[in-house]
Amino acid sequence: MNATHDSPIAPVAVKPKPYIHGVILFAFCLGFGLVMALTNDVTLDDIAARALEDKQNSLSQVLPDNIHDNNPVLDTLTVRNEEGKEITVYRARKDKQVTGVAYEIFGTGYAGEIRLMMGIDAGGKLLGVRVLAHKETPGLGDKIEVKKGPWIERFTGLSLGNPSIERWKVKKDGGDFDQFAGATITPRGVVAAIRRGQEFYAANKDTLTGSN
Amino acid sequence: MSNAENSNQYSTIVKDGLWDNNGVFSMLLGMCPTMAMTTSATNGFGMGLATAVVMAASSYLVAVFRNQITTEVRIPVYILIVAAMVTLVDLAMNAWMHELYKVLGLFIPLIVSNCLPLARLEAFAAKQPAFPALLDGLFMGLGFTIALTVIGAVREIIGSGTLFADASLLLGNSFKVIEMRLLPADMGVLMMILPPGGFIVTGLLVVVKRVLDLRAGKEIQMAGAHAV
Repeated sequence: MNATHDSPIAPVAVKPKPYIHGVILFAFCLGFGLVMALTNDVTLDDIAARALEDKQNSLSQVLPDNIHDNNPVLDTLTVRNEEGKEITVYRARKDKQVTGVAYEIFGTGYAGEIRLMMGIDAGGKLLGVRVLAHKETPGLGDKIEVKKGPWIERFTGLSLGNPSIERWKVKKDGGDFDQFAGATITPRGVVAAIRRGQEFYAANKDTLTGSN
Repeated sequence: MSNAENSNQYSTIVKDGLWDNNGVFSMLLGMCPTMAMTTSATNGFGMGLATAVVMAASSYLVAVFRNQITTEVRIPVYILIVAAMVTLVDLAMNAWMHELYKVLGLFIPLIVSNCLPLARLEAFAAKQPAFPALLDGLFMGLGFTIALTVIGAVREIIGSGTLFADASLLLGNSFKVIEMRLLPADMGVLMMILPPGGFIVTGLLVVVKRVLDLRAGKEIQMAGAHAV
């Protein structure tokens, strides 16, 4: 950078040719593109490792350690659900026998899709449900997260017969489950997702608990 | 420039960023994240900090390259730089500060949609040496953080009855003590957490700032009209 460059009249005195703007823009795109590619390369493995840890953490919350001696993250099976969507099922085994499975379920909330991880034991009893991702209103709908409130823990130990199928709704709709003050749509979506998730298990029980 | 002039300029930059020409309360810029992310003091604080990092880095880079960027392509280059910084922060935090990322990750891509960084690049960094530009980006970002935290605190207190709820998720467990419940649960005015509350609180706080400035005998700076 020389002195004339910093003087205020310089840009007027030397008017660059039009193509030079394209060259400059290209150079910046190339430069920053390279920096981003490099950063992506450096962080790729760490990010994948973190994602795996997150999955392991969420699985360990819905598949208790004492029911399995394998690593469910690595023991997977892909099954299509009633909508044709491929569901990855994580299996917990003890002495090779499937003792429980966990898979993602999807609900429709107030602000789009709610993704949850649901664990269910071989007998069809819920081992636990945890929210993976949602876009619900902070302070209202986000009480479905376990760190914001105990609501989601209510489902552990329940099954399709307990309560009966027509009671798998929020109280406002004549069911058994609490809605939140100011937010009914979120819990309604979650309850429906958990009910459908159990129906998925009932429909595919043989495939899911099969030994291979 | 002498040292005295330098430090004078620096203290003006700091004061402008934090209060006199505050991005939210004076210039009314960055309203999109301001409305969306101030449902609680903690959210506002997190969004503000992430923005400050990106603003400092992009202001610095624009100032370094200010003689190479021609007027005709400056806006695309600024956007490129802001977007690149956001991507780098996003990737780096995801890989190496994963706990923090799980809380802040949601906010980071939103920084690109914030016009405050772009405004500072155009109004300040494009005409200044690297260090003052870095300082301007940083303190404008911190001013933004203060504004978002205050708006978030007011909305949270009235709307949910809490203050700094979940701060320990963002700052670590030692900050559990600042999480407060000021009103009993279910006493909150729900509207304050919903979008209208954001507009009402921001509007009232702009008034408060102007009244304070008038009391102090300061000239009111009109939105965006800041002479550099």
